[in-house]
This record gives sequence, C-alpha cells and structure tokens, in this order.
Amino acid sequence: MPKPQVPGLVKGLGVTLSTLAQTIKPKKLGGGANTVQYPHEKEAPPIRARGVIALREDNCTACMLCARSCPDWCIYIEGHKELAPPRRAGGAPRKVNKLDRFDIDYALCMYCGICVEVCPFDALFWSPEYEYSEPRIADLLHDKTKLGEWMETVPEAPELEAGAEKKGKK
Amino acid sequence: MLAVDLPYWAQSLLRVLGGTVAVLLPAGTIVYLFLFKMMSFMQSRLGPMEAGPYGSMQLFAEVGKWLQKEDIYPERADKRIFKMAPLVVLVSTFLLVAVVPFGPEAWFTNFEAGIFYALAVGSVSVLGILMAGWSSANKYSLLGGLRAAGQLIAYELPMVLAVVGVVIQAGTMNMQGIVFQQNAGEIFGWDGLGNPFVLTQFVGFLIFMIAVQAELTQAPFDMPIAESELVSGYMTEYSGFRFLIFFIAEFATAGVFALIASVLFLGGWGIPFSWFGWDTLDDVDGWMNVVGPVIMITKMIALTFIMMWVRFSYPRFREDQLQKFAWKVLIPVALINIMFTAILKVVF
Repeated sequence: MPKPQVPGLVKGLGVTLSTLAQTIKPKKLGGGANTVQYPHEKEAPPIRARGVIALREDNCTACMLCARSCPDWCIYIEGHKELAPPRRAGGAPRKVNKLDRFDIDYALCMYCGICVEVCPFDALFWSPEYEYSEPRIADLLHDKTKLGEWMETVPEAPELEAGAEKKGKK
Repeated sequence: MLAVDLPYWAQSLLRVLGGTVAVLLPAGTIVYLFLFKMMSFMQSRLGPMEAGPYGSMQLFAEVGKWLQKEDIYPERADKRIFKMAPLVVLVSTFLLVAVVPFGPEAWFTNFEAGIFYALAVGSVSVLGILMAGWSSANKYSLLGGLRAAGQLIAYELPMVLAVVGVVIQAGTMNMQGIVFQQNAGEIFGWDGLGNPFVLTQFVGFLIFMIAVQAELTQAPFDMPIAESELVSGYMTEYSGFRFLIFFIAEFATAGVFALIASVLFLGGWGIPFSWFGWDTLDDVDGWMNVVGPVIMITKMIALTFIMMWVRFSYPRFREDQLQKFAWKVLIPVALINIMFTAILKVVF
C-alpha cells in the first residue's frame, strides 16, 4: 500500500470547500455558480456557435451540392428552371434555377457544417440560435421559410485577421 | 418519564412518533442540505431551485415521484425476499435510534449495555443488503451485495474496537452513562469543558468516523454501489417506493450514526455540568429535555457535514485497497489505541 498522501487529501477538501464558498458568495461580490438558471436567464452563445443552419434563399441555385455532401442526407431540395428577363436589351432570356423546397431535418442533422462549407454561393450560414426544440420529432423538419427567418439571427462575419487574403469577388 | 403521568399506551405512542421523527428528520435534513445543496455548491452549480423557495420542497416532489412508480420486480427474483430486503435495512435504522439519548429523560430505551446493542443492531443492515443482492437474480446486484457484505464486516471491526476505547474510559456501556462521564468529567482538574472524549480519544474518533463512512457505503468507500461498474450494486433492480426505502435508510442511518458518534465522542446532549453545578444525572434541570435534542441535532449536522464533505471530495477506493485499509491499518491502530487507553486508565 502506498504511503497516504495526507497533504493531497487536505488539499482536495480545500478545493471543494473553496468552491462552496465561491458559489454561495453573492453575485455582487463576484461569487455565484458557473451555471445559469436556463429558462429564467440565458447564456449568450459565442458568435460562431453552431446552433442552427440558416438559408438565404436568393443565393441558392438548387445546385444540390449541400444535399449530396450531407453525411446523413438530411437536406431535401426540389427546384425547377425558369426563364428570367435578359441582362441586356435584346439578349436571350436567362435560365435560372428556382427553389421549390429546401428542408433540413434537424432530427437527423449532426451539425457537421459540411453543407455550409460546400455551398459555392453563400446561401447557407451558421446561426447561434439554439431554441427550436419541438415536442414531436417530425416537427424538427424545417422548410425554407423557417430557415430564411433564421437569417436574421446570423451575426455579422467577423473582421479578417490582419494580412489574411480575401477570397471571392472583389 | 415526563412531568405528567402518561398511561403506557400514550408513552408508547409518543415514543413511536419520536422515533419516526428522529429517523426521518435527519434523513430529510441531510438529503436537502447536503446532498442537494452542498454537493451542488461544491460543484459550482445551484442544485434544485424550482420546487419551493431555493428548492426546499424538492424532497417532497421526489418522494411523490417515487410513490407513484410501479412496483417492479425481476421475473426470476425471489419475490418475498426481494420485497422484504429494503424493510430489513430500514428496520435496523429504527432499532439503532432506539438507544440514542436526547436528554436526561428524553430517551426511547435506556439499556444498560446500550452501545453494545447499537453496534449489534447496526450490522443487521448487512443482512438486508445481502438479501437484496441475492434475491434480485442479477449479476450486478449479486456482486454489489457481496462487496457490501465484505466491506461492512471488515469495517464493523475497527468501529467496535474504536468504541471499546470510549467504553474503557467511561467505565460504562450505557449511553446515558457515557454522556454523563463526558460532561461531568474534568481534564487534569479543570472542568470548564467537561471531558468530551474527542479530546482524549482522538484516534478512536478518527477510526470511528472512517469506519462509519465505510459502513454507510459513502464515497470514498462506495465500492458496493459503484455506479460505473455495478450500475447501482444491490439496489440495481429496485424502483419506486422500495428504492425510496433504501434511499431513506441510507441517509437516516448516516444521521443516526452521527448521533451515536456525538454521544460517544462529543458529549451527546449535555453541556458541561459544572456550568450549572449539576453533580448527577438526577440534578439536571428539566429544560435540558428540550435543549438536549437541539444540541444533538446541531452536533449531528456538524458531523454529517464532515461525512458528506469527504464524500463529495474523494474518489473511490479500489476493492483491494479498501480491504487492506481496514485490516492492515485501522484494526492494528484501533488495537494499539485500546492498549494505551487501558494502560492510561490504570495509571490515572
């Protein structure tokens, strides 16, 4: 049997006791628990938290890259082609892809973010919004209207680091 | 017993009620104050906050939940034994509290060999635990039950041996006598504090508290209910009110053992008799029957605070370390303690 480490044992008791004192100290004096009482007070998640995936519908071309790259196939896209007026007068009408359906099943989604990474047209964004639980699992299938509403909760992209190369259109 | 002469049935009723209160009140206090709140604070969280102010009604909510649940038993279980086991454990708690004195006349029974009886009855709970472990027809329960039996028997010995030191010093096995000896005693002619045995029997006190911690299967001695390997040990198959009974018994026994420890080492219900010029137990004023229980509960809360503090701080002993600690450390130290006590008793 190893020699009993009495100082360590006492130190252990000290750690729990000082945590106790810190927790019951009033908030004004810098005390309090590390947890928050959730429904009454809320934590502000960090701005890059992976809460929910929001959709900017105008940018989406129904290219299906996100749906195909999704590891558990939780994105459902349907679209059709439409003729749009030409850019220059006298030109031929343009063909554009229109979204009919863009659903994400959050019961399946594992928040890997591959769809956000892979989207070439900046149509998908991470939002820190996390309060969208539902009593029924089927209700976690959200359509493009709902995904579009979450665009409002997407925070401004943070400034690039000094010296970082900006990609994309100037 | 009291100033008014009560008929026998009224006295018995009063004692039954008092016994129930003396078991349930410590259990409730320990669970709310320490298990719910202090443990949470020590882990930097707030614990239950919703039921009642600061979650003080949480315990009633939990009891209500357990009482609603279905009484389930495994198909292959030995049903009669399975149903009886929690009751055996709880009964041993009730039998234990019977000998604890709360005041000069506020006691349930006053056996001549009170502490002997308490130690004997305290080990009845092992039977209940073994019954629960065996009758559940579950390998986790069986292993937990066997570990509990091995542990309780191993730690019964140092506990008894630690008490022997106190009994030698007090010269009596009667619980009232032990309280009297401590409060009427003196330290080298100075009687301002009496002679609480925690000073003269400090080694005994340490051994007793460690052994109690193990008897109650509280961490760091919670190998029998080690949840990461045995689910919940002998309690695995229990649910509903039978689990509730195990739960109450666990914390009620903690309270009762704290009461016994305060009788043995901290002077029990008494205050030093020299303060009021009392010489014998009969001299003690009647108001001590009211103040005594308050003093006892205070001491119980202080002792259970230490027990729970240790429980929330330390990781679990391994099974072989646990047995070695009892047989190779505690028992020899307790034996040496008895030897010294006996020699000093003869010398002084």
